[in-house]
Amino acid sequence: MTGSSQPPILKARGITKSFGGFRAVNDISLDLAASEILGVIGPNGAGKSTLFNLLAGALPVDAGSIHLAGKDLTKARPEARILSGLGRTFQIPRPFPRMTVLENVMTAAQNQLGEGLFSALIAPRQVAAQERTNVVRARDILDFVSLSHLEDQPAAVLSGGQRKLLELARVLMAEPKLILLDEPAAGVNPALLDLIIDRIHAINKLGIAILLIEHNMEMIARLCPRVIVMAAGKSLAEGAPEEVTRRADVIDVYLEGMPA
Amino acid sequence: MELLAYAAFFLTIALTYAIICLGLNVQWGQTGLFNVGIAGFVGLGAYVSAALTTPDAAERIGGFDLPIALGWLAAMAAGGGLALAVGLLTLRMRSDYLAITTFGIAVALQLVFQNTESLTGGAFGMAFIPRPFSGLQGEAFAFNGLNLALTAAVVLACYLLLEHLLRSPWGRALRAVREDEVAAQALGKNPVLLRIQAFALGGAIMALAGAVQAHFIGFIAPGNYLPMMTFQVWAMLIVGGSGNNRGAILGAVLVWAIWALSGALISEVFPADQQARAASLQIVIIGVMLCVILLWRPQGILPEVRSVSRHLGRRNKDIKP
Ligand SMILES: Nc1ncnc2c1ncn2[C@@H]1O[C@H](COP(=O)(O)OP(=O)(O)O)[C@@H](O)[C@H]1O
Ligand SMILES: [Mg+2]
Repeated sequence: MTGSSQPPILKARGITKSFGGFRAVNDISLDLAASEILGVIGPNGAGKSTLFNLLAGALPVDAGSIHLAGKDLTKARPEARILSGLGRTFQIPRPFPRMTVLENVMTAAQNQLGEGLFSALIAPRQVAAQERTNVVRARDILDFVSLSHLEDQPAAVLSGGQRKLLELARVLMAEPKLILLDEPAAGVNPALLDLIIDRIHAINKLGIAILLIEHNMEMIARLCPRVIVMAAGKSLAEGAPEEVTRRADVIDVYLEGMPA
Repeated sequence: MELLAYAAFFLTIALTYAIICLGLNVQWGQTGLFNVGIAGFVGLGAYVSAALTTPDAAERIGGFDLPIALGWLAAMAAGGGLALAVGLLTLRMRSDYLAITTFGIAVALQLVFQNTESLTGGAFGMAFIPRPFSGLQGEAFAFNGLNLALTAAVVLACYLLLEHLLRSPWGRALRAVREDEVAAQALGKNPVLLRIQAFALGGAIMALAGAVQAHFIGFIAPGNYLPMMTFQVWAMLIVGGSGNNRGAILGAVLVWAIWALSGALISEVFPADQQARAASLQIVIIGVMLCVILLWRPQGILPEVRSVSRHLGRRNKDIKP
């Protein structure tokens, strides 16, 4: 299934979720190799973002199981999933608007000593030392996504594309093994698009697996050797992007979504 | 001299309110937790500390004659513990449960103060609570001045502690949760835990304020801890500037000044038989003040400032144009 001999970093089986009587995600199974980029495409309302919410723990699954690097995360809280290495970004970016860009990134560091109420009080030296290490890393990441010049600005001033980059920077700060990217190019101006594609490529080269929801087919073609097509909550097809997009049933579900 | 002694007395009381207000600021200003039972936490601190530090009395249990400092610590533990319990029970649920629960607890505690005579002295309250610097009680100026200094030191300590926390990674995570809970959680922050911690910290500070107040005045009674006190503290925080620790202190002093002055004025202007009714004018005056502030400066006199974590000094930007 994975086209690679590595053991899967993500193993999801039979993921299912209903809202009321409506099945938004219906029996989805995924295997993702440790260095893979897997595309998730499909018309609006297919259940792609809901699938991400289930994998990241923002919503509980009705049925199915989720394993990350062999660890069962099916019932884990979102905080525990990111700590285990499963990070996500949001389709509509969710920056902390009144915090600076640098603070937004710093917040995402895991295992922060100073986040404990008591250690923040009784171990100021250790906290300061960890902050100094983290701030160096946060600035490297901001350089990487070309947001360094904005580090002291409140995140509220960022443009749509810059917010997407900040989402990316924050999740990188958490040192994930797998990142779920929800439409990282939606609403981004074409000049930033190349940068985002290039950065996703670079992240993957570091050995971080990526699950990528995207409507921009150029981006899918450039980044994903393999995609799955979702429609009405189900997995409709799977394979190389240029192959699946030629299939009649895939073309049909896309045309159904178009205005008549 | 007498006037100075009175000024010191007035300021000391105002500063005990400043401590309560700092406690509310952690809960509401920094975390958005709606506590409508402030008087309960303050009263709990006062009674716990009084029970531990008063001399043995025949008519009630307690009276352990312990040092004042121990009473303060016990008050903080009791207030923090109560807030922790309330937090554990309600902070997983919708936010309005917290308001209902805190209100209920304050009412219940007030009834306990009023009715468990063997513990709290009932309606008459508790007297002979040891006062700091009591050896100087004969000299009003020195006594009030030293107590003012001590209370100011407590305010300063609370202020520095809270400012330190605000700029620590803990404060940063708390702000992140307040700005966007879903995003903070996706980045590994535990919103429920952070809220419970902030609520317990605020509760401990409120109870400390109750103990400081009780020891300064020397006696307490259940009538001190009515919902009116909760209203006053809320007015103080809103006037001073919710989210701003200096605003909390300023608001406490200002609102208390207006409260005390209007009270004095009423007792001058109105004949004795009308004064009980005229006293409600004080509430009207505070209410009007609240409206004026909300219209003129909705964020309070000292609005919340954007605080940034320590250790994040500005990067040298001389390379960039
Ligand atoms: N929290 C929710 N409650 C009810 N319905 C939801 C919820 N989240 C998503 N849905 C519904 O589930 C379907 C799939 O949505 P979504 O996963 O956002 O699709 P996609 O990301 O593929 O465009 C949509 O019909 C949407 O209205
Ligand atoms: Mg979506």
